[in-house]
Amino acid sequence: MEKAIRRYWPVFVLPTLAAFCIGFIYPFIQGLYLSFCKFTTIKKATFIGLKNYAYALSDEGFWSAFSFTAAFTVASTVLINVIAFMIALALTSRIKGANLYRTVFFMPNLIGGIVLGYIWQILLNCVLSLLDKPLLALNATYGFWGLIILMLWQQVGYMMIIYIAGLQSIPEDYLEAARIDGASASQILFRIKIPNVMPSITICSFLTITNGFKLFDQNLALTGGEPAHESEMMALNIYNTFYSRSGGQWKGYGQAKAVIFCIMVILISLIQLKVTKSREVQQ
Amino acid sequence: MKKKTIGVVLAASMAFSMLAGCAGAAAPAAPAPAPAGDAEVTEETEEPAEAPEATGEGQVYYLNFKPEADEAWQGIAKTYTEQTGVPVTIVTAASGTYEETLSAEIIKDEAPTLFQVNGPVGLANWSDYCYDLKGSSIYNELTSDSFALYDGDDVAGIAYVIESYGIITNTELLGKAGYKVEDIKSFADLKKIAEDITARKDELGFAAFTSAGMDPSSDWRFKTHLANLPIYFEYQADKIDTTTEIKGTYLDAYKNIWDLYINNATCDPKDLASKTGDDAENEFADGKAVFYQNGSWEYANLTGKGMTDEQLAMIPIYIGVGDEANQGLCTGTENYWCVNKEASEEDIKATIDFLTWMVTSPEGTKMLADTIGVIPFKSAAETTNLFVLNDRQYTADGKVPVSWNFTTMPSEEWKNGVGSALTAYAAGTGDWDAVVSAFVDGWASEYALK
Repeated sequence: MEKAIRRYWPVFVLPTLAAFCIGFIYPFIQGLYLSFCKFTTIKKATFIGLKNYAYALSDEGFWSAFSFTAAFTVASTVLINVIAFMIALALTSRIKGANLYRTVFFMPNLIGGIVLGYIWQILLNCVLSLLDKPLLALNATYGFWGLIILMLWQQVGYMMIIYIAGLQSIPEDYLEAARIDGASASQILFRIKIPNVMPSITICSFLTITNGFKLFDQNLALTGGEPAHESEMMALNIYNTFYSRSGGQWKGYGQAKAVIFCIMVILISLIQLKVTKSREVQQ
Repeated sequence: MKKKTIGVVLAASMAFSMLAGCAGAAAPAAPAPAPAGDAEVTEETEEPAEAPEATGEGQVYYLNFKPEADEAWQGIAKTYTEQTGVPVTIVTAASGTYEETLSAEIIKDEAPTLFQVNGPVGLANWSDYCYDLKGSSIYNELTSDSFALYDGDDVAGIAYVIESYGIITNTELLGKAGYKVEDIKSFADLKKIAEDITARKDELGFAAFTSAGMDPSSDWRFKTHLANLPIYFEYQADKIDTTTEIKGTYLDAYKNIWDLYINNATCDPKDLASKTGDDAENEFADGKAVFYQNGSWEYANLTGKGMTDEQLAMIPIYIGVGDEANQGLCTGTENYWCVNKEASEEDIKATIDFLTWMVTSPEGTKMLADTIGVIPFKSAAETTNLFVLNDRQYTADGKVPVSWNFTTMPSEEWKNGVGSALTAYAAGTGDWDAVVSAFVDGWASEYALK
């Protein structure tokens, strides 16, 4: 079997590689090229050098979107992971109906972002209206926490599943040995469970950080960037750069922003991977 | 050996199914998902890719802007194909995603041969793609050259609909409140009546205005259409038809009418941020309010909800400026047909032929008159749209229609800025100065970016 794989590896690799090239590498390179162009459609692009980057970097809206996005990412990453981990802990300690709970917590993840955004908009606006507070579209702080609540509701279940898998893979001997040695519950948690689920934490924090940065659907549907771009995240800012003014130069600016954004997300997730990976232990 | 064979077969079938998948995706007839996550593209069932070879003639692919007219377009396309054998594909972009959909569609091998732009500002994006229609058979059908959209000397677009907007009035409710449509001749009259209705709201059981919703499905009624009035009067006073620096001479009047709308409505002004276009339409159709600012395109929706011609009338939007005694409805166009220059010669010819047929044949003109409204072409069919008839009556009585100057608004970004400021002002989280600043300073800064 091993021999066969060695001989026929191209047959196995090619389909995926081809799909990756067509679906990712080629558009990415084209996008990179377009960020140096002024264009309306990708077939009619004129090369204009670094002008787009100069504009993108000097655009205040882009940087305020960056700070909003960064704050959102920090808050959502911490909250999602802490809550998901706590639920995972609860659901791995043999309670009645654990499977039912797991399903229930996972379900929100199956609904699309736009739909969720509109549903939560109605819900939260009703609550705010009853409390006599300004609605989501009028106050960026409410918009921010509205987005956090929405993302918690949607993503906690997914991360919980990953944590449950991590917790269940901890060998029972470790826990038993710890208990015999008289370790307290919190000692077991911090000295045994958390170090052993580090790989899950790596994955989950990677997913939540990148999801936070790339968030678009929920932002568009829940607040639409209102009031006056104050709750606009980076992806929505790029989208608005593209479509809210006419003329070829705006597509170029948007494209340059998109490239900067992409590099930023890659860098941040690489750093995060390095940090969490270094804390993983061998079982 | 057996294992190896199975492996090869499996791998081959995997590769094959993947290639087949790619081929499917690249097929020209496949509808492109618009970039926005919520976009949905409806498509005619016909296979346009094969038909042209069969007939040896061109074909038509229209990227339609008006979702409300999608069904009618699909029907008329079928009729045309039956009569002439020329395949016509109609694809409708989901509401609010036309630019995105067009950007994605136009670079395909099977690009739309016919699309639309919204006036001179919208044309800036697409002028490279507009075929010069000067002297074409469709151009010759226009009743006036002023309905052609010029790009230099080239006719880049042809207006295909003339619409009117104003304050749609429920005359039955107005009668219950003790007034007639004829009582409203100025902003002062409108204000007096609206405030009287508000004062007796509980007794009457209805409000003066429907909710001035600032959800994206409704905010264009105020940030674009209502904002047209101060712009129109300023242009009139300064005798210009566009400017890069608006002065905001009549913004106080804009504030007055906006205050009137929000303070005499079915809902609390601070809830407007979440009110939608459907909310306002339903409130009006359910008899919860007397006045509803919208256009002639609403006629079908309102009659579809059971309202009758006897209950309806459209009156001008008076803002207390200019010669109110002679003010008509706001009438104009922002929808222009453009033919794709990049399409093959046969396709361009087929498209122009199709358009000419649409505006000359009994079937085409009837469909346009029934679903789109008034069309600026010589053989236009009679319309039954009450609001259009209202507009004609006003013009016949010597009233001057307010032209559509919002096509000179600098950008969507400007409209959004004004919309945000209006919403905040209504809710009390912002002040009117912010609206003025978004209106005047925003105008200049947006034009400066061009």
